[in-house]
Amino acid sequence: MSLDFKPGAFDFFRDETFRESFTYRNSNPLRFPFPFDRDDYMYSVNMEPHVPGRKGTAFEHILDVDEHYVAEMIDRAKVLADDPLRCQSLPHMTLAGWDLLELIMEAKARDYPQWFSLTKNGNRWHWVNRPLGIEQSFTFLDESTLPYGPFEYITRQTQGDFSLQDERDNDLWMDAGMITSQADWSLDFDIGMSFMEWHAPVPLAHEKGVFDRALKFLLKLQHGAPVRRFNWTMTVNPLLDTAPETYPKWGPTKTTLTQENLGAKQHLRVELQSLYRLPRSNAIAFDIRCYLCSFEQIVTVPKWARRLHRVVRDLPDELAAYKGFLRNRPAMVEWLSKYDDGAPTSPGWWPDD
Amino acid sequence: MLTPVTPTIRSRPVYAPLEPRPGRLHLMVADGEGADALIELLAKANNRSEILSSAHVIYAPGPNGTDRSDVLKALGLRQFFRAPTIPALLPRLVRVLADAHMGTQFYLAGTEGLIGQAEREIMATGFPMGAIQKEHRGSTVRRVQCVHCKGITENVATDPFKCSHCGLNLFVRDHYSRRIAAFQGVNIDAEDPGQVPEPVVRFK
Repeated sequence: MSLDFKPGAFDFFRDETFRESFTYRNSNPLRFPFPFDRDDYMYSVNMEPHVPGRKGTAFEHILDVDEHYVAEMIDRAKVLADDPLRCQSLPHMTLAGWDLLELIMEAKARDYPQWFSLTKNGNRWHWVNRPLGIEQSFTFLDESTLPYGPFEYITRQTQGDFSLQDERDNDLWMDAGMITSQADWSLDFDIGMSFMEWHAPVPLAHEKGVFDRALKFLLKLQHGAPVRRFNWTMTVNPLLDTAPETYPKWGPTKTTLTQENLGAKQHLRVELQSLYRLPRSNAIAFDIRCYLCSFEQIVTVPKWARRLHRVVRDLPDELAAYKGFLRNRPAMVEWLSKYDDGAPTSPGWWPDD
Repeated sequence: MLTPVTPTIRSRPVYAPLEPRPGRLHLMVADGEGADALIELLAKANNRSEILSSAHVIYAPGPNGTDRSDVLKALGLRQFFRAPTIPALLPRLVRVLADAHMGTQFYLAGTEGLIGQAEREIMATGFPMGAIQKEHRGSTVRRVQCVHCKGITENVATDPFKCSHCGLNLFVRDHYSRRIAAFQGVNIDAEDPGQVPEPVVRFK
């Protein structure tokens, strides 16, 4: 499976980069899932049903395929070529990988029939992914009929990082992952950990009982009733792969911000996280879909401009440090303050219509 | 005495004094001062002779040179093995685990590096975590994996320290992987290359 972007073949998908030249842009910032529903931010379980939402937004379908799809998949292939440890699956997770493959193929073929199709004849399946130029006949549940294991095969064709959680002993164990657009955490280090172990480094939330409640909630997650929540952080340059492994390479970019370049370089990084109970394995699939938007694009929406300024300004130091932007916060606040006239903002995250 | 662990994040292992339990085989893996934990375990056991007659002790001197082999040997254990180092001890442990049945009790005592690596081998065979007791004794030096090059540096005493594989200056996190049996080390001067704080001895 080799991915070569063919300009013009699909006018919808942008030919862009998430490294070196950083040509990533959003054609329509209003599509961006702005994560703040009020003017301040603190950790909470903030789960809601993951159901299709407003047309023309990232919520229209449960698996959003947007203009960045092909470029993100090319970027993922490059990350994996550099470091195959970014995709790992412990031996008992193969069935959960098939569950996820089925979920994704069915959702994409249903919601984007112009790009994807899935035909089934018993266990003989035929999958077509037109944007990536992939056609594959295979036998469902027979690994030998795919070029990769089922988990790696389908997540090489799906935006968003994915982890698979096995349920044992009233706990969730992160026993597989495809993690190439992560906010600075290492799958290779965390694979095999329990829910509390892999969340251990997060400040403040343990004391607030957030993870105890979240785990209880997730253990009750039912097949067919996925849920979602937001998470967010800040990234200099539209760099998807902010991995701890490569931190010495991208860390120095945090020192390059000026008031002149901040609007273009500083990006709000949003994770639209969705969770699915899988039918055969009883595992839970965790989709961490990363959206990036530059500050200069965010401030084209007046409500978001005012709110982002207030959230960044008032965030507790521990969170700004954990999210890795404590050193740049004063510069960000200074830049954003020019777009905040102090007017009240309406509740909820949608831009004012 | 059990080495106290300052409460910190929830991936950081915690330890408790070893308690005698009924079992078909008592597999004890220790290094350095961990020998004292085994001796105290036996001292408080009602079934001391029963445990001794089904005990297999695998032991290595500690990273600080502490070697209590002679004391352990004199206990009258069914089986005693002294390895010169932890890496030399592990193949023996793996072989013994191949024959261990359910109902085996595991007692791990000594440095975190020894405990972590022995625990990893035991878990890999599928034994339940509940069958493994762990008591941290002696040196607090750490086994740390460099998150960048993946190399593991043993017996880390200072924070920050230089990765023994790639040479980056790493700070030591409390984040711990049981699968790797190591703490995580992260480049301390990634954002400001060359600005490395003076190393402080945090682990002795």
